[in-house]
Amino acid sequence: METALLYDRFQFAFTVTFHYLFPQLTMGLALLILYLKSRALWTNDEHFNDAARFWIKIFALSFAFGVVTGIPMEFQFGTNWAKFSELTGGVIGQTLAMEGLFSFFLESSFLGFLLFGEKKFGPRVHWMASLMLFLGSWLSGFFIMATNAWMQHPVAFTVTENGSFHVTSLWGLLTNSWLFWQYSHNMTAAIATGSFVMAGVGAFYLLSNRHMDYAKTFLRTGVTAGAIASLLLVFPTGHGNAKQVFEHQPATGAAFEGLFKSERGAGMVLVGQPNMETLTIENPLTIPWGLSLLVYDELWAEVKGLDAFPRDEWPDNIPLLYYSYHIMAGLGSIFVAIMIPAALLLWHGKLFHTKLVLWGILLITPFPYIATTAGWMTAELGRQPWLVYGLLRTSEGISPLIHSGNVLFTFIGFVGMYFLLGILFLFMFAETVSHGPEPKNPGGEALKGHSPY
Amino acid sequence: METFWFVAVALMLAVYIVLDGFDFGTGIIYMFVAQTDEERRLTLHAIGPVWNGNEVWLVAGGGLLFFAFPKAYASGFSGFYLALILVLWLLMLRGIAIELRSHLDHPLWRPIWDVTFSVSSLLLAVVFGAAIGNLVRGVPLNAEGYFLTPFWTSFLPGPEPGILDLYTVSTGILGATVLGIHGAYYIAMKTEGDLHQRAHRFAKIGGWALIPIILLNLLSLKNFQPILSANYSAYPIGYAIPLAAAVALGLMLYFGQKGRDVAAFFASCLFILAGIGITAWGYYPNLLISSTNQSFNLTIYNSAAPAYGLQVGLIWFGIGFPLVVAYTIFMYRSFWGKVTPSSLHESH
Repeated sequence: METALLYDRFQFAFTVTFHYLFPQLTMGLALLILYLKSRALWTNDEHFNDAARFWIKIFALSFAFGVVTGIPMEFQFGTNWAKFSELTGGVIGQTLAMEGLFSFFLESSFLGFLLFGEKKFGPRVHWMASLMLFLGSWLSGFFIMATNAWMQHPVAFTVTENGSFHVTSLWGLLTNSWLFWQYSHNMTAAIATGSFVMAGVGAFYLLSNRHMDYAKTFLRTGVTAGAIASLLLVFPTGHGNAKQVFEHQPATGAAFEGLFKSERGAGMVLVGQPNMETLTIENPLTIPWGLSLLVYDELWAEVKGLDAFPRDEWPDNIPLLYYSYHIMAGLGSIFVAIMIPAALLLWHGKLFHTKLVLWGILLITPFPYIATTAGWMTAELGRQPWLVYGLLRTSEGISPLIHSGNVLFTFIGFVGMYFLLGILFLFMFAETVSHGPEPKNPGGEALKGHSPY
Repeated sequence: METFWFVAVALMLAVYIVLDGFDFGTGIIYMFVAQTDEERRLTLHAIGPVWNGNEVWLVAGGGLLFFAFPKAYASGFSGFYLALILVLWLLMLRGIAIELRSHLDHPLWRPIWDVTFSVSSLLLAVVFGAAIGNLVRGVPLNAEGYFLTPFWTSFLPGPEPGILDLYTVSTGILGATVLGIHGAYYIAMKTEGDLHQRAHRFAKIGGWALIPIILLNLLSLKNFQPILSANYSAYPIGYAIPLAAAVALGLMLYFGQKGRDVAAFFASCLFILAGIGITAWGYYPNLLISSTNQSFNLTIYNSAAPAYGLQVGLIWFGIGFPLVVAYTIFMYRSFWGKVTPSSLHESH
């Protein structure tokens, strides 16, 4: 049973991490594509339509991989986490079913229009399709976050005598106080991924002296959105999230910071390695009073350390949780440090000649993916040892009859399959970028427009 | 209330089989009817804009099952563990094959995706056919309402069957044949020239081959699951569904002979819907039948979510479902009509 639980967790963690590489790009790009299409409609400038069309191609590629890797997520609730599904289906069945009905159909229908309908239906319908795609993908994110928020901070439910959870107010479920900060933080992160990728492709073209007009549009859009998103990630959304973790999951908050002992005027550890034998942080670099200030806005406030909680309620992998949190927060700070100067240079019209910063923008492109993955590891490892915080333990949620041999078999299969998918995606992405955006000639015909099939 | 959700889930999954069914069928006949590269691109272009939306019906139907009958979702999905993970892998390969195949013009790239698309589609059709067979035959549910079946045991039905036994293999073959014909009429309806001719011929021959396969399945049904006929005896009006299926099958064969592919395709849709309807009518109110002890059956009553949840679901389902139907109709109307070589060059 122990090994089955371990493999179940590995498989879910692996498949959901891989899956979320794709939606974070599509949700971020959905907003930027909507912006480009709106500019095109507003100014009647075909340049923005060409730019949008290029990103719709990238969107479609990422969307296809997101769809095929997303179905296993819903299936695994039933296949590997049957007990969890049985007990909590009365609550989270609501949000998951609503996601299917309200988001997936919207997305898949209107992506078809975006890809095939421009010529047939004209610019207004095409703009509408980009709006619908944005709504669909952000709504999908909302329902998933509502599901996760309930697992992090259960509200609006009762428990029956056989241990199953029943929703008592759908409205309460959808307006979970936890959801506000978590959703806004997550969607800001998606904008960061989308805009960093857009800016990175722009920098790549500019530095290699190709597609100069598009490069500048991509950089302008990507750097502006990226700078705003980077700031919002730190404050207020990141800050708000950290505060609510300390309020509702205090043991998790202590583990984030590596705070083993309760302290007045607790410092914030920037770098250091947790030692689980001695329960200390080794080689710490600390901002004095930083943590008390962050959590309670007071220098001498007392912050509860892990020693204030029973050991069986500690997150079960504290070093990994600690590193995930620090990688997320550290990268967030680096994003601000790169994107704000870049935005100022853009503002003063100097960005396109400042090679050093362009290189920085190019090389930072993959890092929002790492930061987002680390952020999700922070949320999910932080929730341990619970599936539903404080109420249902992870070990109580797995399928009762499935043995470790079965799960290891499928886990290995998923690793192999996703290795292949990962290579294919990178290959196709590189192909699309090296092909570049295609302008239409004055007659309005795409030069080499062709069906993707 | 539970009955409403039983119908809703069955309807979503039935629509899924009808819609994604022609994608699978297209894959099954793909290597035979589409021979040149252009024909293959046309075939993929015929399902390209819609396959993804079709697949959403499975996700949404699964989501609805989770919401309305969490216990049955948990039991069924974990019980068919290996088969469902296999379905996931096949769905991935199928989707990626459709999307990536024509992106690169290389003599090694395209054939590998052609074969991937075709084989994964065929296997999916067989698996979905066998899945219905498993539901009908029953699974070894224990007193807690859980089970786990291996892929196969002795290939003979009994109290401890595998997912594949003689009966479910026969329903799998039935599934692949029905969907192969379904896809062939879809392609015949959407294309012209040689491709159209070949698809049409394929559908016609398949239609006649279907009759003995159906008879075989009907004969074996009585031996494997006697309780399915109870609802029909109690409410003889239910016999209208098999009658409708027979009429639809007759119409499909008739229109096929006449060369009226659009009508034959719609008859095939109706035939599949009625076929699933036959199972659903006999199955109600069960969601999973136990092969070991009938008192372990999971029904819509012992596996339903609580009353408040099901009631509040009516509100959003009442808003969402009409929207879904509207998008679907709108999308199919927009991409209605034949695909021609020129449509390969005007994506924008």
